[in-house]
Amino acid sequence: MVSRFKSGIIKYFKDNIGIIIALIAMCIFLVIFPVTRNTFMTQKNIFNILRQNSTNLFLATGMSMVIILGGIDLSVGSVIALSGCIAAGCVVKLGLPEIVGFAAALLVGAAVGMFNGLVISKTDIPPFIVTLASMNITKGIVLVYTEGAPIRCMTDAFKFPGAGYIGPVPMAVILMVIVYIIAALIMNKTQLGRHMYAVGGNPQAARFSGIHVSKVKFLIYTYTGIMAGLAGIVTASRMYSGQPTSGNGAEMDAIASVVIGGTSMSGGSGRLGGTLIGVLIIGVLNNGLNLMGVNSNWQYIVKGLVILLAVYVDFIRNRKAGR
Amino acid sequence: MSEQYLLEMKGISKSFPGVKALQNVDFQLKAGEIHALLGENGAGKSTLIKVLGGIYNAEEGEIFIDGQKTKIDSVTGAREAGISIVHQELVLVPYMTVAENIFLGREPGTKMNVDRRKMEEDAQILLDTYQMNIHAGTLVERLTIAQKQMVEIVKAISFQARILVMDEPTSSISDKEIGFLFETMRALVKKGVGIIYISHKMSELEEICDRVTVMRDGETVGTRTVSTTKKDDLIALMVGRELTNYYTRDFRTPGEVVLKCEHISDGKMAKDVSFEVHKGEIVGFAGLVGAGRSEAMKAIFGLAPQMTGEVWVKGKKAKIQSPVDALKYKIALVPESRKEEGLYKVQSVRFNSTIQVLGQFIGKLRVNAQKEWDITQKYVNMMKTKTPGQEQVIHNLSGGNQQKVMIGRWLATDPEILILDEPTRGVDVGAKAEIYSIMNELVKKGMSIIMISSELPEIINMSDRVYVMNDGRITGCLDHNSVTQERIMQMAAK
Repeated sequence: MVSRFKSGIIKYFKDNIGIIIALIAMCIFLVIFPVTRNTFMTQKNIFNILRQNSTNLFLATGMSMVIILGGIDLSVGSVIALSGCIAAGCVVKLGLPEIVGFAAALLVGAAVGMFNGLVISKTDIPPFIVTLASMNITKGIVLVYTEGAPIRCMTDAFKFPGAGYIGPVPMAVILMVIVYIIAALIMNKTQLGRHMYAVGGNPQAARFSGIHVSKVKFLIYTYTGIMAGLAGIVTASRMYSGQPTSGNGAEMDAIASVVIGGTSMSGGSGRLGGTLIGVLIIGVLNNGLNLMGVNSNWQYIVKGLVILLAVYVDFIRNRKAGR
Repeated sequence: MSEQYLLEMKGISKSFPGVKALQNVDFQLKAGEIHALLGENGAGKSTLIKVLGGIYNAEEGEIFIDGQKTKIDSVTGAREAGISIVHQELVLVPYMTVAENIFLGREPGTKMNVDRRKMEEDAQILLDTYQMNIHAGTLVERLTIAQKQMVEIVKAISFQARILVMDEPTSSISDKEIGFLFETMRALVKKGVGIIYISHKMSELEEICDRVTVMRDGETVGTRTVSTTKKDDLIALMVGRELTNYYTRDFRTPGEVVLKCEHISDGKMAKDVSFEVHKGEIVGFAGLVGAGRSEAMKAIFGLAPQMTGEVWVKGKKAKIQSPVDALKYKIALVPESRKEEGLYKVQSVRFNSTIQVLGQFIGKLRVNAQKEWDITQKYVNMMKTKTPGQEQVIHNLSGGNQQKVMIGRWLATDPEILILDEPTRGVDVGAKAEIYSIMNELVKKGMSIIMISSELPEIINMSDRVYVMNDGRITGCLDHNSVTQERIMQMAAK
C-alpha cells in the first residue's frame, strides 16, 4: 500500500513535470525578486493566493470533467453571480437563515447544471452552444432579479465561507481541500469516473459498451453546476454581497487552468492533478503581477502569453514522447 | 548496382518507447510489379509503410528512388517523390463530398475561387473509370465502409503516383469490388507503377502479386517469387514455425435453443430476419457487404431505436432496448469497426479491457487495483495479446492485438451468447488461428457464438450452421455438412 502510494507520487511528478517546474520557477523568481522578496513567501500571502483561487479550483474540477467528457461549460461564470445573489437575497430580502441561503445557491447551481446536462444529452446541440445560451440566460436572470444592484449582506455567518477562518486557516482553503478530494474520488474511484473517460474518448464505443451515455453527461454537468454554485457562495461571502457582475470571465480562468494542466480539449484524457497545478499557476501569476505592481490591463496580456507558452511546451513534450 | 530498382529501402530502423518497431529492414520494389508485404500483426509492416509515407522519420537507413538517394521527411515530401498510400484506417473527411476529398489540397481553379463544377466532373470521371457506382457529390459520411475504401483508392491513384502502397485495401469490400480493384491494379502496373500490397488473405497474394517480402518482429525474413512458393512455406516464414491446424473446430451435437429471433428489422437495412442459435454452437452469417447482417445484430443488441420483431432468450421473450439490457440477458457484441465502435484509443490496455466490468472491482469509492490487474491479465493471457504491459496505450498496439483486447473485453462480461462481427478483419494468420482456437474452446464450454464474416473459408470451416443473407433477409440456411462456397454465393447474390 505504501509503495503504491509512493509510486503514485512519482507518477504524479513524472506526468506533470513541465508545469511543476514552471510553477516552482515562478515561485523562486518571486522569492528572489527584490520587489516581492518580502511579501510573497509569507503565510498571509500564501493563504491569500489559495483563498482567492479556491473558487477557480471549484470550477476547474467541474471543467476538467466536462472537458474530459468531450464538452465544455461556459455558464459557470454567470452561475457564480446568480447563486451569490440568491444566497444574499434569501438572507436580506426574505429574512431566511444564512444556511438556507447557501443551500438555495447550491440548488440554483445544480438546476443550471441539470439544464445543461439535459439539453446536451437529449439533443445533438454541441455543449459550446448550449452552455453559451445558458450563460446568457443565467446572466439575464441575475440582472432581472437584482435589477443590476448588488445585495449587501454583512452578517457574520454570511461572511464565514469566503472570509472566515478555522484557526489560522481560511474557510475557503478548507473547502478547496474538501472539493479537491471529492473530485479526485469521483474521477478515480468510481464507475462514473471511468465512464466519463470512455464517453469522452469514444461516445459510440461507450454506447456499445452498455454505458448510459446521457446519464453520465447529466451527472457531470450537474456536478459542475453545483461547483459553480459553491463558487458563487464563496465569492459573495468574501465580498459581503451578491454582485450581479461577479464571476465575469471566471469560466475562462477555469478552462485555462484545465488546459495548462494538460487535459486535452478533444476529450477522453486528462488528470485532476494537472488541473490543480494549473489553478496554482494562474493564482501565483495573478498574485505575483499584483505584488510587482503591474498594471491590471497588462496582466491580461501576460496571462494570455503564459497560457500559450504552457500549452505549447506540453505539446512539444508529448510529441517528443511519441504520443 | 546490377539492377535498377524503382524503390529501395536500406537498413531502416525505427523505435518507439519500449518497442523496437523496425530493425535494419531492407526492401526493394521493381517498376511494374505488385509486391506483397506479409507478416503477422506487429511485425512492422505498417511502421515501414509510415516511414515510406513520411509519417514517421526513421532513426537509421536510406531510401533510394530510381537509384537516387531521397530524403522523405514529410507526407508532402513522400507525395512529391511519387509515393501514395491507401491507409488501412480511413482518413477521409466525413463532412465533405467525395470530389472534395479526392481533390483535397489541390482543388482546381484559383486559390480564392475553387472550380467546383470541374472538380466534381473530374472526380466523377475517375470514379467511372474504375466503375465505381458512387456519385462525386455525395457526402463521404453517407458512404458505406466499402465505398469509403474505394474512394481512398481512387484518391491515391489520382496523384499520378509511381509507387502505390495499399494497406489491406480489401479487408472491408465485397468480392465484386475486389475484382474491380484487381483489374485497376493490373492496369496500373502495366503503366510502370510499382505497387506494395499488404494483405492477410493468402488467396489474394496468389492471384495478384509477383513477389512477396515477409516480415517478422520488425525484420525482413525473406523475399520470394509468389508463383514458385508454397502457401505453407510463407506461413511458416511469417510465424517462424509450422502452423498446423489453421482452423480448430471440434463439431459436437449442439444443445437446446438459447436464442430465437423472429422477423427482426431495424427499419433500414435489416428487413425480416428470423433465426435460431443453439447452446454450444457457432452460427455463421454470410452475405455480401450491405446485406444487413451487422444491422440485424445491432438491432437484437438494442442499438436500433426503430427495431421491430421478437427476441427469445432461453425460451423467454426478451425486451432489449439498449446494450445495457442485452448484457443482462448475457448477450455480448464485438462490433465490426474497432476504431469507431470499440476502441478508447488514448487509454491503456487495462482501461480498454475492464470498462465493461467496472462493478467487479470498483466498490464504494474504492478501487481494488489488484483485482483490476488480475482481470486484465486473465484476458490478455487468454487471448494471447502481445503488449509491453497493461499500461500501454492501446493505439500503439497492432490491429490484431487491438482486436484481441476487444474480444477479451466482451468475454469479461461472461456472456452466454457472443456475437462477433468480422472478428478477424485486419488480423494476421497467426492471430487468426489463435482466435479460431479460442472460439472453439468457448463453444465447448457451452457458449453460443454468432459470427458475421465476409471470409467464406472461415465461415465454412468454423460454423455448425450458416445463415446466408441478401438484401436484409435470410435467403437460406446450410449446415456444416452441406455448406460450400458455391452454395453460399448462390444464396448471397440472388
